[in-house]
Amino acid sequence: MAIEHDQIMASRPGVTWRTGLAQFPWWFLIITSIITIMALRIIFDPIYRDIFTTILQGLGVTLYVTVVSFSLSLLLGLVLGLGRVAKNPLLRNLAITYIEFIRGVPMLVLIFTISFAVVPLVARTFGLPNNAVSLTTRAIIALVLIYGAYIAEIFRAGIESIGRGQMEAARSLGMSRVQAMRYVVLPQAIRNVLPALGNDLIAMLKDSSLVSVLGVREMTQVARLSVSTSFRYEETYFILTLFYLTLTLILSLLLQVLQRRMRAKG
Amino acid sequence: MSQPANQPMILIENVSKYFGSFRALDRVNLRVEAGEVLMIIGPSGSGKSTLLRCINHLEVPDAGRIVVDGITVSNNEAHINAVRAEVGMVFQRFELFPHLTVLENICLAQQKVRRRSRQESEQIAWQLLEKVGIPEQAHKHPGQLSGGQQQRVAIARSLAMQPKIMLFDEPTSALDPEMIKEVLDVMLALAAEGMTMVVVSHEMGFARNAANRVVFMDQGRIIEQGPPEAIFGDPQHERTKLFLSRILH
Ligand SMILES: Nc1ncnc2c1ncn2[C@@H]1O[C@H](COP(=O)(O)OP(=O)(O)OP(=O)(O)O)[C@@H](O)[C@H]1O
Ligand SMILES: [Mg+2]
Repeated sequence: MAIEHDQIMASRPGVTWRTGLAQFPWWFLIITSIITIMALRIIFDPIYRDIFTTILQGLGVTLYVTVVSFSLSLLLGLVLGLGRVAKNPLLRNLAITYIEFIRGVPMLVLIFTISFAVVPLVARTFGLPNNAVSLTTRAIIALVLIYGAYIAEIFRAGIESIGRGQMEAARSLGMSRVQAMRYVVLPQAIRNVLPALGNDLIAMLKDSSLVSVLGVREMTQVARLSVSTSFRYEETYFILTLFYLTLTLILSLLLQVLQRRMRAKG
Repeated sequence: MSQPANQPMILIENVSKYFGSFRALDRVNLRVEAGEVLMIIGPSGSGKSTLLRCINHLEVPDAGRIVVDGITVSNNEAHINAVRAEVGMVFQRFELFPHLTVLENICLAQQKVRRRSRQESEQIAWQLLEKVGIPEQAHKHPGQLSGGQQQRVAIARSLAMQPKIMLFDEPTSALDPEMIKEVLDVMLALAAEGMTMVVVSHEMGFARNAANRVVFMDQGRIIEQGPPEAIFGDPQHERTKLFLSRILH
């Protein structure tokens, strides 16, 4: 089959050329062109440059919120995911309740509820004043509680993707369930779900813009504040869009390189 | 563990096992003496794997009693672990740990369960790799090995725990024909050393050369048992005859 195909390709050079064109990642070229054009405007147009430097001030907070929230979500997600597959029905049902609860409510609503209802309520129970927890911390708490539930489902799927035989082989060697999970099932499960976790990291970067509603000065909030006095809607929101697009593009390229390296290692 | 001379290595008394309302094992009684090589044959779904898996508590019997080397297998976690430490198991599909090298596969449980040092466990692993004839594969991952090599690693991994009993569930039926012999040779050597073995397999060569006793199961019951010559040469029950006529062609 393969040989036949190659021979046809060789006898009709036009075909290879055309398939080559069809295979070329045009989308990537188009997006990088857009980014380049915008970059040129930012470099040469002082208005664009001003807005760019303004939004740039929010970049640090966006990255900080994303990285901290994502790391903590991984921990919460792992715990919830393990609870989700636990033998103990109490643990399992607690985990399922939590996950279903979170997944059944829009993210924006949860951000409000967690920041302005749950956190103050918990603070009050511990005798702390209402404003004891900063808005950035509330934003992180909200994102972690939300993403933990989504990431739990990723870990669950990963654990369930490992055949029952692996657990049995480990158990028959005398390992406890916890040992078998830790040394045999989880390492394989985590490797299987790395691409899915990468997608969630990108999603988290984008969803971090939602915490602008709390007044956290990440990129979106900085842009909104700037627009409210400059009224330069077009320039500001185009540049804000450009920021997110560039970040997600870089991140997905990094993740692809990482994945290819891991696959090469075997 | 010191024990009376008449105590069998494995004692199975009136064991029944249900999956829902389906009876996979029906009041099975069986004794396996120390050093004995027992083969279990029977049609698909007759309960061979289930019986084997009850011995190391991968399946929990619904009724009856199983005693392994004097330890009654119960739901008590300590008893289960004590039994599993004495019983090695080899699976049809090898079930090596794909994320670990061959050497690490053989060392993991030694270190985590037996609490052996890295050095000691690796030394034992090397000896066993020599024994099963593939020391040169030690640093590869299971995915890079042939089926026969993988199964030999799986046997070495079990032996590293120094079990008194080895259970084999169709160890050669996932293998290409040219690899079956290399695995059977390892099993024959093990039998010759006096290992107590329970083997679910339809390999006639192994039955003739190594088995002390053959058990024929059907529909969750032991239909008949005896020395291989008797079971293969002169089966008493219709069902045994029918089954043997199918597998012996
Ligand atoms: N976990 C399970 N849940 C439900 N039914 C099961 C389960 N395990 C086994 N069974 C059923 O119990 C019966 C006996 O299964 P078992 O695997 O012991 O048969 P076997 O003799 O090993 O067959 P084979 O030669 O196909 O391996 C089969 O009918 C099987 O479908
Ligand atoms: Mg079976």
